[in-house]
Amino acid sequence: MSGTSGSNEVRQCYRTLARWLDAAPPDLLQSRSRQAELFFRRMGVTFAVYGDVESNERLIPFDVVPRIIGAKEWTDLEKGLKQRVSAINAFLKDIYGPQECIRAGVVPADLILTNPHYRPEMQGRRPPGDIWTHICGVDLVRTGEDGFVVLEDNCRTPSGVSYMLENREMMMRLFPDLFAEHRIRPVETYTDMLLASLVASAPAHAGADPNIVVLTPGPYNSAYYEHSFLADKLGVELVEGGDLLVNDDIVYMRTTQGLKRVDVIYRRVDDDWLDPLTFRPDSSVGVPGLMAAYVAGNVTLSNAVGTGVADDKAVYTYMPEIIRFFSGGDPILGNVPTWRCREPDALKEVLDKLPELVVKEVGGSGGYGMLVGPASTKAEIEAFRAKLIADPDDFIAQPTLALSTAPTLDGGTLSPRHVDLRPFVLSSPAGVRVAPGGLTRVALKQGSLVVNSSQGGGTKDTWVLDD
Amino acid sequence: MLSRTADSLYWTGRYMERADFLARILEAAVRLAALPAKDGAAATAWASAIASAGVSQAFAASGRTPNEKSVREYLAFAPDNSSSIRACITAARTNARSVRTALTIELWEAINGAWNGLKEMGEPTKRDDFVRFLEWVKTTSLNVEGASSRTMLRNDAYWFLRLGMAIERADNTARLLDVKYHLLLPADERVGGQLDYFQWTTLLREVSALTAYRWVYRESVRPWLVADLMVLNRQMPRSLASCQGMIVSYLERLATDYGRRGPAQRLASARLAQFNEAKIEDIFQSGLHEYILGFLSENNALAGAIHDQYLV
Repeated sequence: MSGTSGSNEVRQCYRTLARWLDAAPPDLLQSRSRQAELFFRRMGVTFAVYGDVESNERLIPFDVVPRIIGAKEWTDLEKGLKQRVSAINAFLKDIYGPQECIRAGVVPADLILTNPHYRPEMQGRRPPGDIWTHICGVDLVRTGEDGFVVLEDNCRTPSGVSYMLENREMMMRLFPDLFAEHRIRPVETYTDMLLASLVASAPAHAGADPNIVVLTPGPYNSAYYEHSFLADKLGVELVEGGDLLVNDDIVYMRTTQGLKRVDVIYRRVDDDWLDPLTFRPDSSVGVPGLMAAYVAGNVTLSNAVGTGVADDKAVYTYMPEIIRFFSGGDPILGNVPTWRCREPDALKEVLDKLPELVVKEVGGSGGYGMLVGPASTKAEIEAFRAKLIADPDDFIAQPTLALSTAPTLDGGTLSPRHVDLRPFVLSSPAGVRVAPGGLTRVALKQGSLVVNSSQGGGTKDTWVLDD
Repeated sequence: MLSRTADSLYWTGRYMERADFLARILEAAVRLAALPAKDGAAATAWASAIASAGVSQAFAASGRTPNEKSVREYLAFAPDNSSSIRACITAARTNARSVRTALTIELWEAINGAWNGLKEMGEPTKRDDFVRFLEWVKTTSLNVEGASSRTMLRNDAYWFLRLGMAIERADNTARLLDVKYHLLLPADERVGGQLDYFQWTTLLREVSALTAYRWVYRESVRPWLVADLMVLNRQMPRSLASCQGMIVSYLERLATDYGRRGPAQRLASARLAQFNEAKIEDIFQSGLHEYILGFLSENNALAGAIHDQYLV
């Protein structure tokens, strides 16, 4: 087994797998890999890439070698995730409430109040149980032997959980004997946990059996497969904006048996597009009047409106202080050291060593609009330098990390490839839960650090071992 | 169920059925055009294919004249024809994709497989290849119908899918019959002559009913008996009466499941009652063409009633 860096426990986890692979016929992984691809294609497990009409429905490459996390390490990770996401919810409650963290100087006022993701409409609002980010995907990387650090928080509409579930299905189908030899914690309970979470977050009027729907922008959205997958597993309707209407601040869906009241909307539509009467008037995927119904407390939106202010990359840099302020303890999970380009000293330092750094737009996502210094040409770096100087507030910079690698199938052999990890954290008035696993993304190109599926990354099944 | 879901299922059914029908029309035209006949018979065959498909106006407006090449291309592939075989399969797949959670895996694979196959087959130009393409389209629609009938729960999703198929099939059968009866035979050809006979048998073949005809009537092909088979015979799965019977039974299942009947059920039952009393002699007496025009407009009205009651 090559390329497994990290502590002893990390290597220990892979021992059984390594033994099993040594005994297996040499072309086994390749043939299983082909089987997996065939199956994914037939099922239409696809991901659309924006701006790429030809390959509009593309498969995300799936690597058959699992990524394995030990029991002890997971326990620590889980604690850290719960602490972090609880603090994020408390932070959002505060931002849209008394704003004590601003007054205490934990975060600068202008960073919050002029943030494009800050929604003044939500000021003074309190969603059920003060839960704002019901579903949060936290991107982690391992940079050394002492565990994980957080690369970014996804508090709006994190995607990828369908791959966590489908990849596991696929692995159990392809390698039943490997599952017999390991004690792997199941991830299939995720959708039950999600359903329980959504039920617990329903408005008081809804009773024990609220009507829950998944709201999608439609079949042309890149994550449409996931939206339909989740609706199916939850056993709820997958609706588009046109299926909903608002009457007297109550949301209804149009059914073959007339209008039916909707209590909880797991929405996979960004704030901007939710309601043309409140946000972008050109939205054709939203529901006119939805915000009025929401503000009146007649429907729960999951995640809440305005959570983007917590996963902004500039706010991210304050997360350790935010966690300390709201949880009263030290953060269990650290951040990647980050320069805030809005601060003149930091900007100067960043400009000095630009070729060594990774620079990200604070509002960007999906690997777009970023500079990976060591992988860029001189011209690209200089073009980026100009953008950075023109608008330093828009950027943060991080050192190019020595990301950990995991063994990955490359042709006929295993090679080390860089990976990250996105576990999914569910919050509701009933508590905070983490599915034991997550989405492992892998940069399939040798040496590459970009794992985003929109940029040619792949995925792996993530095994969390039981004690 | 969401109205949009019901609507998508209904249109998935309609489009798959229409793709199958277009393949059958084209097969028949290939056969008719191959007949040894006077000049112009072949052109008539291709023009009648356009008429049967119900796209005469759009075809003429596109500046095309009916011949083998233009009609084959227009009905199977033309990008400017929104009800070509390709457009129908694509539309069926788009509708199905937007309601994937309402479909079984088997049904989704059948429809998605049709769409993938469409891309693989390209646009065959040789006649042999084209006929194989038509065979493939027919097999595809059998796959879809088989997958739905074998794997779907008998609930509203299934009834809406079947309703779409039945409404479309009724419409198609009526058009087919009308075109033969009204348009196909050139004015100087004798009714009951060789060409006439061949056209009627081709029509039966088109709906896979030539053998059925012989079993039911046990005599050589006669126009009024073909009409009887296609309009009134309840054993014939695509006769107007059979389609009407299917429509009524699906609507009644919906009414039972939902605990409520509406205008669509009342309209459909009233029409079925008319079929039970109708005699083919009377229909011929007052004119088959007029009868079919009446049927088509009532079928449209029923589709409208289903739409208003369930699909919006």
